[in-house]
Amino acid sequence: MVALPDQAGTVTPWWRNRRLIPWLVQAAIGLVVLVVIAFLVGNLVRNLTAAGLLLSWGWLDNPSGFDIAETFLPFNAGLPYWRALLAGLVNTIRVVIAGLVGATLLGTVVGTASFSSNGLLRRLARVYVEVIRNIPLLLQLVFWYFVVFLSLPNGEQAIQLPGIVLAKSGLFLGRPELVNGVWQAPLRFTVEFGALLTGLVVYTAAFIAEVVRGGVASVPMGQWEAARSLGFSKLQTLKRIVLPQALRVIVPGLNSQYISLAKNSSLAVACGYTDLYSVAETTLNQTGRAVEVVLLLLGAYLVIDLVISALMNGLNHLVQIKER
Amino acid sequence: MTISFQRLRRELFATPLDGLISLVLIGVLLAAGSAFLKWMLFQAQWTVIQANSTLFALGRYPIDQQWRLWLLTTLLALATGTTWGLLRSGSTPRWPRNDLVAAVLLIALASAGTWALQLPFPIQLRWWLISGGLLVCRGVAGRFGSSLPLAVRRGAAVVWPVLYLVGMVLISGGLGLMPVPPSEWGGLLLTLLQSSFAILLCFPLGVMLALGRRSELPLLRWGSVVYIEFIRGAPLITLLFLGQNILGFLLPGGLAPDRVWRAAWVLTFFAAAYVAEAVRSGLAAVPSGQLEAARSLGLPLPQALIHVVLPQALRVALPATVGQFITLLQDTTLLSLIGLLDLLGTARTVMANPEFLGKSAEVYLTLAVLFWCCCAALGLGSRALETRLNTLHTPVKA
Repeated sequence: MVALPDQAGTVTPWWRNRRLIPWLVQAAIGLVVLVVIAFLVGNLVRNLTAAGLLLSWGWLDNPSGFDIAETFLPFNAGLPYWRALLAGLVNTIRVVIAGLVGATLLGTVVGTASFSSNGLLRRLARVYVEVIRNIPLLLQLVFWYFVVFLSLPNGEQAIQLPGIVLAKSGLFLGRPELVNGVWQAPLRFTVEFGALLTGLVVYTAAFIAEVVRGGVASVPMGQWEAARSLGFSKLQTLKRIVLPQALRVIVPGLNSQYISLAKNSSLAVACGYTDLYSVAETTLNQTGRAVEVVLLLLGAYLVIDLVISALMNGLNHLVQIKER
Repeated sequence: MTISFQRLRRELFATPLDGLISLVLIGVLLAAGSAFLKWMLFQAQWTVIQANSTLFALGRYPIDQQWRLWLLTTLLALATGTTWGLLRSGSTPRWPRNDLVAAVLLIALASAGTWALQLPFPIQLRWWLISGGLLVCRGVAGRFGSSLPLAVRRGAAVVWPVLYLVGMVLISGGLGLMPVPPSEWGGLLLTLLQSSFAILLCFPLGVMLALGRRSELPLLRWGSVVYIEFIRGAPLITLLFLGQNILGFLLPGGLAPDRVWRAAWVLTFFAAAYVAEAVRSGLAAVPSGQLEAARSLGLPLPQALIHVVLPQALRVALPATVGQFITLLQDTTLLSLIGLLDLLGTARTVMANPEFLGKSAEVYLTLAVLFWCCCAALGLGSRALETRLNTLHTPVKA
């Protein structure tokens, strides 16, 4: 088994056997990985047992004892931990969906602006992308929150537009009214949500603009010229001729930007918005259940990523060339 | 560079709609610009930066040990100047335009920067001497570098790894120096240490992962795939959280590193997955005939990879890899969320001081400018390297 005779009848030593070596290498690597994992897991079990924190999920049913400022699902401190984590997850999903829509719109506008016939607009689009991409997102988030949103005026001085009021106490939509110096409206978003959403949209839009720009640039100039010479207007050309072709390049690029946005939403804690990560952090501080909390966190973000990927793959399937 | 009226008209007022857009944009820009200038010159109180410049630079590094950092800065400046000069030696003119611009910028930074921060005169003097030393080294190495033997010029690169080790000793202590624990490193020092450590280590790790992912051995391939996809599926903050809270359980008591080092390792392992993807795209760009040809010439696999495939792949992967390094530099701000005092973390402690309450605009703006300059410089450097390495003379994307 070890030494195989080759064609000439001589025996190839096993350490030079082309078929055997790969398997030996893999076996060695596998063994090392297994030993390392066994070592780590062994330590984990020993240390967790010593700390009395052996893996269990029963604590999820205990009352959480903390409140969440802004929830979509009704929540109070008497409800169990799993409800708190669920409320955090829903908050994350809320900001991710709003962010995806906003970033796509702004990114498309900026991306197409870099093809404008107006030189100033074109350069502004470049400056926007270059400035935003080279400043850390976290810094931008704390800037939006502490510098912009927290310095908004309250009460009468709030920024008032028809049907919309933007004040330090939040963003009010749908006939806002000032009751005893406090704004009230059927639909209210906190400034924490506003700051996070603005930061995520502005940041991601810079990357989406580059994806859109690359996509539009990938359509040959001849397509533009042909459409124009057939009498299409510039907007019609963009809508009917260029975009359908550009989308084939844009959609895969958007996928990774969308996933980045979903993952970046975990920086919510920097501007006081209680998303999944923020709830998980509080939960860990109260229960000490580090392993379970981290597993839940990783699982939740993995599922969000997979859902976005699946949706975008479906979209990608729609925009690809259908050959007969 | 004269702005011709016709060109201006073509760029801004080609059609009535364009003209309208231009007028609106110019109006908005003028209003925003003048409001910002007014705030910057008359309302903003920059004392918060001036009074805390040492804190922003070094964190709580002990004052009586700061001479070590001055020594390190001087060594780094001299090495930079020499390397710069050696790279340019033999070129005519001796100071090309880009170099002159860089030199003027450096002089401006050393004089205007230290003045704007209102540093005490002895410290201003040190910065002048350090930048002067850098420029002198650049000049001398540029003038006499070409008369040195090639081996010496190539060997000069060894200075950098040596300097890195010397720097680590100078910063952390040991070998007779008073130890300064990582918990006392902070500000820009911590940000630069974390990012340079992670950048240096994530690169080889990323290359190995990328090779593993393209390997024919199923165990290696699937192991790499699982690692890369696991890391890329998780937000960095959850991994830092994992590092801070679980690493202690995974290692036997006492073996777990300090919180600062835990974060550095997490950053390294995180960035490695992304670098692996960048390198993988480079590997995919190398025709498989290259590896086959190298193998059929009798090169063993490791040598074929190192001498034939990787040089071509890394050249293609360079822009994406540097892009990841820039992201990594930006990601170090996340350390402030797990309680470490990097630049952003230091900024938060400064603003918690009642004396500087409400000065967040000044502080965040300064940090933004600082980060922007660092990231833009890395990007510029990457593009310069790209042009230099572009031996195939294919057009380089701007």
